[in-house]
Order: sequence, then structure tokens, then C-alpha cells
Amino acid sequence: MADLALTGITKDYPGGVRALAALDLAVADGEFFALLGPSGCGKTTLLRTVAGLETASAGTVRIGGADVTRLPPGRRDVGMVFQDYALFPHMTVADNIAYPLRVRRAGREERHRAAEDVAGSLGLETLLARRPGELSGGQQQRVALARAMAARPKVFLLDEPLSNLDARLRLEARTFLKRLQNELAVTTVFVTHDQAEALAMADRMAVMEAGRIRQVGTPAEVFRRPANLFVASFIGSTPMNLLPGRVEGEQITVAGAVLPLPVSARGLVAAGEEVVFGVRPEYLEYSGKAADGAFAGRVAVVENLGGSSLVTLDAAGQAVHALVGEGREPEPGARGWAVPRPDRALLYRDGELVVDR
Amino acid sequence: MAPATSPPAETGSAVLGRRGAAAFVAPALVLIAVFLVFPALWTLYLGVTDYRLTGVAAARPRFVGAENYTGVLGDGEFHHSLWLTLQFVGGSAIAGQTVLGFALAWVLRDRAGPVKRLVEGLVLLAWILPGSVIAFLWIALLDRDAGTLNALLGTPGTAWLLDHPLACVIVFNVWRGTAFSMMLYGAALGNVPPSHLETARLAGATTWQTLRDAVFPRIRGHVLTSLLLVSLWTFNDFTPFLITAGGPDHRSEILAVYVYRTALGDGRLGFGAAISLVMILVNLVIALGYLRALRERRPA
Repeated sequence: MADLALTGITKDYPGGVRALAALDLAVADGEFFALLGPSGCGKTTLLRTVAGLETASAGTVRIGGADVTRLPPGRRDVGMVFQDYALFPHMTVADNIAYPLRVRRAGREERHRAAEDVAGSLGLETLLARRPGELSGGQQQRVALARAMAARPKVFLLDEPLSNLDARLRLEARTFLKRLQNELAVTTVFVTHDQAEALAMADRMAVMEAGRIRQVGTPAEVFRRPANLFVASFIGSTPMNLLPGRVEGEQITVAGAVLPLPVSARGLVAAGEEVVFGVRPEYLEYSGKAADGAFAGRVAVVENLGGSSLVTLDAAGQAVHALVGEGREPEPGARGWAVPRPDRALLYRDGELVVDR
Repeated sequence: MAPATSPPAETGSAVLGRRGAAAFVAPALVLIAVFLVFPALWTLYLGVTDYRLTGVAAARPRFVGAENYTGVLGDGEFHHSLWLTLQFVGGSAIAGQTVLGFALAWVLRDRAGPVKRLVEGLVLLAWILPGSVIAFLWIALLDRDAGTLNALLGTPGTAWLLDHPLACVIVFNVWRGTAFSMMLYGAALGNVPPSHLETARLAGATTWQTLRDAVFPRIRGHVLTSLLLVSLWTFNDFTPFLITAGGPDHRSEILAVYVYRTALGDGRLGFGAAISLVMILVNLVIALGYLRALRERRPA
């Protein structure tokens, strides 16, 4: 049990590529923390730096208050699950799980007991004599988890834990991982490029772009109040509407509509300022009847998402997306109005959220 | 639950027909017969005669049965030569080329840039130069009076080739053949997933533990191939003759050189043929030994 603190972590690769730029990050004891970002943003490099598989060019890594920056991976007391699970194909499940103990020259008895213990808590007890090649993807992942747990590390690191599973298993594994982490209460950092995964599993998350952290917060905070345009466009399974507009007193002109200023930005912007108006499709109330303070236009496309539909409204040349509940879908070509919820709409100035700090 | 077994491989349907296939294979079979099978059988035949290069026995060889073989097996020179050859193989093929080649490949595995290219270049150079050229270079290096080694070590007048002929030949062969092992193991190490090595690192494994648990099981097949090829090549290698000519006093006369001396030097072709067959049998024993030791163990 330990917290994790990173200060000023910088990683330069030869050739002048800066993978991480002076990152600061604190993960509390027992927290389930997600590193989220598009590929190449440095999230895996950051995870590997915590593990000690990469050496930071500058900065310090602290685990439970102790500076481990200069320690080799084997002495940092971290357990890691790799994207490909990295199970040894020539060893049985039991031997794989007990591998960290074997390296430490623990006796056969102790190794067996530890393997059975951990396997029991992950539902692997009947598979101990098998080899990794005879297991399903989900079982292999649990063996990899068990191996990481066997040495009782202070911090778990999971690199894209769900990406090698098929879609159905992924949901199952998501629930399983979250419950397991909750029960073990070990500080856990996982890397993902899938925003839905991060939102679903993490207690808190960091959104990264090009070697920098763009926002840290709980999934709810990051979803409701993206701190900048990058996070706003990256988070959410249906992308947020981000439309250029101009402030006019207590109102704002966007895509041919005159809307009240979002609650969060009132009193913080001056008339005549060029801003970006942001609102999630979930927070737009669609209606087939004319309404005040609404985007108005013709329905261009209706996409069925199952329980709801995504309606694309052509409003003064701008595409506005709104979610519409089952049974209320308009016909393409019909006229429609979409009213943003003022307490959920956001303003961005120079790419950053306008908010009272 | 038992793991699902794969169905037996299906036999390919004959598109060509038996005759057509035979016609395509025939030229290759003829070549093999003329250049491999016939000489091999001829050697077997020679081995049971007293055939010589010159004299009466050259014109009218006599059948002598197993006489040559009993002669070879009872010959002190043969025993001496076999022992030298085993030392030569153990020293240069196994301890030298294989261990050094693997060590180089392991150390250079994730290096990039000039150091790696330089080492690879030097090692490869030794491998691609013709044996006769290299032999001459080594004679120049080890020469008693004007040798480079004596100049470097400050030991003028040391006759390396006379004092330590077998050691010289072993070092020479290590230097010459390491490239093959290095390249083969370099390629093999590329097959070990980085995450496996990192799992070992995270567990705090020593280099030896990493090799034992993560690397060796993955490259077992490559090790077998490399050991087999390198051992057999070395066992039958004739290049040392170019440096020491088997001497002084037969002290570096490995089997290939011994065959050459008895068959072509002394002209006893029948006797030489018998040694050749014995050599082939020893090769076979070595190969079987490796296969047994390193064959993939099937999961029970």
C-alpha cells in the first residue's frame, strides 16, 4: 500500500524526441488511476518510467514516499501486466504465477502456496496445471494479473489491460478489474487509449497529449468540464459540439443561433470576444417545434445508436449533434431545434475552458 | 478437459500425377546420385580394400575385409587425433564460437549505432574472407621473428605456432567462426518478446535467471541448429592445416588433417576411407546427442 508521486518527469529520446515534458502527477494510496490519451502521447512511456523499464531524463518517482528514481525495476516493488500478458509458454499456470517468487529463490512449498492463494482469488484454481497456450484470452489476462499480484507489490501497473480481449469479454473484464482493484485496494495505474474504458474504471484519470497532461480529475469532472478543447474533443463516445461564436452581452451568437451564456462562464467574458461554444450531444434537448435559445436547422443525418439516436442538425452551415431518445427520432430533412442545457454548456477561450477558479 | 488436438495433416492431392512428379525430380536425383551417393558408396568400397595411390595395390586393389577398420581403431595416431579433434570442437565450436557468439548477440541486442555496426563488421569480415587469406594473416600474426602478436605483447622470439599449436588453431577458429553464431543468435533473440525480458526485469531476475526462464526456452531450436552445424563443421574442418599443417609433431593433427595425411600423403586410400567412415559415425553420434538433449519437450 503506497501512494505514487511523480515530479518533473521528463523523457528525451535520442534524436530530440521529447516523450514526456516535465510531468507532475500524484496518485493516492489505493486509487484506481487511468492514463488516457491518443497513441504516441507518452502514456505508456510514463507507465514504463514508473516501472523503471525506462529511465527518466529528469524528475523523480516516489512510491510510498521513497525515491525510487534510481532503483532498477526489480527493487521498486511494482507489479506490471503487459498488453500481451507476457506469459512464459513453457511454464504451467502455477509456475507462471509463482515466477516472481522463483526469481527470489523462494522454496517450492512457498511458491505453490502463493500460486494457489492468488489463483483462488482470481478463479483460476482449476487451471493451475495448464499451459498458457491452452487458455482463453480472458484467462490468460487473469494469470498475468495473478503473477503481478503474487509478489504483493505496492503498486500495480497495467498496460492496455483490455485491448487484447474481444468486445464482449472486454466489458466483463472491465467489471472484474474494477471489483478486484476495489477488493485489493492496491494503488493501480492503467494505460488506455479508450476514453470509455477510462471513464468506466478509473477513480481518477489523467488525459495526456504530446507528452503533457492536459487534465487530471475524476471521470465525472473530465466528462462534464473538459479543461480544454483537446480533452473536450477526446472524451465522450459521441464527440462534443464545439462551435465558434461571439459574445454579445449576456448572450452568445453561435451557428446562427442566439443562446444565453453558459452558467459557468457568466461574468468572465466581455462582449465582442471570439470564443468556442461547447455542449455535448447528451446535453442538447431536441425538439421538432420552434424554441427560444436553440440551434435551428434541418436534420441531415440520423444515426441509430441502439437506445438512442444521434441527430446531425445542419444549423447555418455548422453541424450540430444531438442525442434523441428512442421513438423520438425525426425524419431526415425535417426542421429541428436543439436547446443546450445552460448548466452543461461550456465556453472555451484560446483553447482553454472559461471557468471561475 | 484435455486440450483439443489438431487433426492429422491432410495429404496433398496429386495434381501432377506420379510420373509427372518423378520427371521433375529426376534431374536433381541424378545430380545427387552422381556427386553424393556414388562417392559415398565408393568410399565404403575403398574402406574394405588395400587401395593405394601408387604401386601394385593401385592397379589391382585387394579385398581385405575389416582389416582397415581394426587398423584404424587400434591406431594410436588415430586415438591421438580424435582426442585433439574433440578438444578442437569443444574449445572452438562450443566454448568459443557458440558462447562468444551468443554473448556478443546478447550484449549487442538493443544497441544501435556505430559500436554495433563496427563489431558486426569486424566479426563478419573474419567470416567472409577466404580461408587461405586468413591463414596467411594468422601466420603473419603469430610468426616467431616478425609476428605482430610478439610485437604487441613485447615477447620477441615466442614461437606460438610451435609451442601452442592446438591453442593457436582453436583461437583462430573461434575468431573465424563466431560471426555465424552471433548472427544466428542475434536473429533468435529478436524472437524473444520484449515483454518477456521486461517481466524478468520487473521480477528482479539476474542475467542468468533471465536467460534460463525467458530467453533459452524461446530459442532452444536455434541453439540446437547452431550447435549442430557449428560442431559438425568444426569437426570436419580442414583450414587449420593451412596454418600448422598438423604439426609440429602431429600436435595439431585433427582428424580432417589426419585423413589427408594418411590417404594422400602416405597414399593409403583404403585406410583413409576407413577413417572417413569412422568420422561420419562420430558426427552422427554428436548430432544424435544434441537432438536428444535439446529436443522440444512435449507437454505431458
